[in-house]
Amino acid sequence: MQFMLLFSRQGKLRLQKWYVSLSDREKKKITREIVQTVLARKPKMCSFLEWRDLKIVYKRYATLYFCCAIEDQENELITLEIIHRYVELLDKYFGSVCELDIIFNFEKAYFILDEFLLGGEVQETSKKNILKAIEQADLLQEISYSTSLLC
Amino acid sequence: MVVSSLKLQDLIEEIRGAKTQAQEREVIQKECAHIRASFRDGDPLHRHRQLAKLLYVHMLGYPAHFGQMECLKLIASPRFTDKRVGYLGAMLLLDERQDAHLLITNSIKNDLSQGIQAVQGLALCTLSTVGSAEMCRDLATEVEKLLLQPGSYVRKKAVLTAVHMIRKVPELSNIFLPPCAQLLHERHHGILLGTVTLITELCERSPAALKHFRKVVPQLVQILQTLVTTGYSVEHSISGVSDPFLQVQILRLLRILGRNHEESSEVMNDLLAQVATNTDTSRNAGNAVLFETVLTIMDIRSAAGLRVLAVNILGRFLLNNDKNIRYVALTSLLRMVQSDHSAVQRHRPTVVECLREPDASLSRRALELSLALVNSSNVRAMTQELQSFLESCLPDLRADCASGILLAAERFAPTKRWHIDTILRVLTTAGTHVRDDAVANLTQLIGGAQELHAYSVRRLYSALAEDISQQPLVQVAAWCIGEYGDLLLEGGCEETEPLQVEEEKVLALLEKVLQSHMSLPATRGYALTALMKLSTRLRGDNNRIRQVVSIYGSCVDVELQQRAVEYNTLFRKYDHMRAAILEKMPLVERGGTPDEEAKESKEAQLSEAALVPTEPQASKLLDLLDLLDGTFEAAQPPPALEPSPGGTLVHLLDLPCASPAPASIPDLRVFEREGLQLNLSFVRPPGTPALLLITVTAVNTSGADVTHFVCQAAVPKSFHLQLQAPSGDTVPAQGGLPVTQLLRILNPNKAPLRLKLRLTYNHFGQSVQEIFEVNNLPMETWQ
Repeated sequence: MQFMLLFSRQGKLRLQKWYVSLSDREKKKITREIVQTVLARKPKMCSFLEWRDLKIVYKRYATLYFCCAIEDQENELITLEIIHRYVELLDKYFGSVCELDIIFNFEKAYFILDEFLLGGEVQETSKKNILKAIEQADLLQEISYSTSLLC
Repeated sequence: MVVSSLKLQDLIEEIRGAKTQAQEREVIQKECAHIRASFRDGDPLHRHRQLAKLLYVHMLGYPAHFGQMECLKLIASPRFTDKRVGYLGAMLLLDERQDAHLLITNSIKNDLSQGIQAVQGLALCTLSTVGSAEMCRDLATEVEKLLLQPGSYVRKKAVLTAVHMIRKVPELSNIFLPPCAQLLHERHHGILLGTVTLITELCERSPAALKHFRKVVPQLVQILQTLVTTGYSVEHSISGVSDPFLQVQILRLLRILGRNHEESSEVMNDLLAQVATNTDTSRNAGNAVLFETVLTIMDIRSAAGLRVLAVNILGRFLLNNDKNIRYVALTSLLRMVQSDHSAVQRHRPTVVECLREPDASLSRRALELSLALVNSSNVRAMTQELQSFLESCLPDLRADCASGILLAAERFAPTKRWHIDTILRVLTTAGTHVRDDAVANLTQLIGGAQELHAYSVRRLYSALAEDISQQPLVQVAAWCIGEYGDLLLEGGCEETEPLQVEEEKVLALLEKVLQSHMSLPATRGYALTALMKLSTRLRGDNNRIRQVVSIYGSCVDVELQQRAVEYNTLFRKYDHMRAAILEKMPLVERGGTPDEEAKESKEAQLSEAALVPTEPQASKLLDLLDLLDGTFEAAQPPPALEPSPGGTLVHLLDLPCASPAPASIPDLRVFEREGLQLNLSFVRPPGTPALLLITVTAVNTSGADVTHFVCQAAVPKSFHLQLQAPSGDTVPAQGGLPVTQLLRILNPNKAPLRLKLRLTYNHFGQSVQEIFEVNNLPMETWQ
């Protein structure tokens, strides 16, 4: 996977994970283009489209579009599963996740993603393991935060 | 003293509360000022909060580069809270293009080697997301160490970090290849998945690695086998399919290993068959695995039966309700249409159905696949389908569809007439979307099909009469009407409806094209030339045409003006040559692909027949047999060809501004009586040594008109003579417009030329007849 973007129906970016090195300007341009292209799609259309030399796999969950850019040899259908798995993780973590959760807790959204994908590849296929890892990290954060307040 | 600033959540609230862009900017600028101040003051306790706010603002598109150093500080902090946000910031703000990027190397190095796995995880994550080549080189050994240590959490991340490192620095493959063998024995799905990904990456980059890893094919097969049969774990499954992520990754690696390798392909054959038949296809997860399996089967040296199975799975996918599945099926079938053509052909009806998809990505795929499936046996049916698709499809698909149909028609047309009809239909439906050479191709095609000239010109005339907006169509129609206008006016053609066409209507139509604002300059050029050609094809007087031509002599468009001026001149000064110049065109040679050479030679033969002149007036010279002695042969309409297709073209090119003859054969005055003079001028076109063109010019300087003027000619037997229609039969008095007539003489044997002329006319109330042989013919006329 080259990058993943989350954006609202108004085109507001909620998360951007880049697995390739690009300048800020390029990232902005690409984001704009893709957001425009995906938002222009009609509801009944398929989840795949060609963009430059990449394949874009996207799916809308409530008010959020989840969008992944994969290379030619990657499997589109399994990418849909990747997106779905990520949504499930968010859902489990936040309890019935909605866009607001991701807006107000964007760092958490990143942390969860980073336990699921690494360098653009799937690192863990067990939901349980991922959620456990997040839990432990959150705990560690709590401890370190409260410890520092005391000293 | 810390300036109290908003908590992250409050900031977000406030930003969202902003009603306008300007308001939002204000809030953010104010907050950024706070953040910058806070960074300057160096408040370590709240730094992480400030950075978090900055990262939020960054996501909205605002500049955040002043937070880069803070990321470094946070990463270096011992507190986990700091590290977490710091590394996140590094991934968002400190990619390899930033100057400060390398500075995180040291922190990462430290964090990799200290014992807390959450921290190691953060470091590995950052390294694998934004690690530059230099950083990767520096830290390769650290990562290698982590690959082999016991904890699965860190290990799985280390493996994928190795993948990133190899992508950035391919030489590092040497370090990461050896551990793979051991890692492949892991039970942990995450580590296994990462390892398979790592091996895939290694094999894709190095043929040596590929060869090396072929020996693990049996092991991979075993892993996958266990996974699908006994290794089912709820924790890793989706909709009843065992860890589809891992399955897909293994299948992909197997594809790479089995490609072009019989032995490996054989080992995986049974397993692939098993997965292909047993995977649950009710949900997307199963279909994802199935899809990957099909791709693998098609790419390796699989048994024939397995390939058929794979294509059939794709065929079933085509019927699936899920659009996404249909899409991947069309894409894959397109990839294998060359290699497994007959297998894919079996699914042609379903593919054609997919043309009706409302989704443009699908219909485009279906179009590409449909075009690839056209062959000589299904060309009629397929073209029919594609034509109806052309009528209803989206504009951006039109061009591809149109050129696809035309290409298919060219390759597989069962008959010429069908071919012409097909092109005609495409031009009428999607004229504006066809490629430029479509016009040339069609004129070539029509020109070569002599038996279809009448049919073509009628159909094109009807099409043009209905619609003059589609430029390619108009151009071809104009050309055709110009060339075959005479056939248009002649009675019936049994293949079309009886069409009574009047000359005036034809001229009016062409004039309409000329004047229409929709016509491109090139189109108007076609129309003008067509009008000009009609001056020799139609029976009426040419006043209307002459009028139009002279009007366009002052046209703003330079190309049209030039043509008009030339044609005008043709009317005024070189009228005797007009008929020759405006003869029917011979078939133009066109560079063809090997496919078309056979067709071309067929067409060449047809064109030779087509060159039989069908000029309206054959010469009536048979009377001459009575009058002349037997050594002379009356001219007949010659069945022989013009020796060079370029003859008329050369002639045109030879038409200079001043003198009519390129070769300087002097004119000959051959007759004079009571003011009526007959001159002969000679042209030997350079490219055709056996051809002689004689223009007979009759001028009347007397006070009375010469009427009913007829000139006939005869030549020796070995010659071929052709008499063109004279420009008129009245030679006006007082040196008015001369009557001209063209004689074409073929002298293949280069025999000495002898010419007898017979004149009949009325002058001064008397009818005159003169017969004489032309003396003093210059040697250049036949040598």
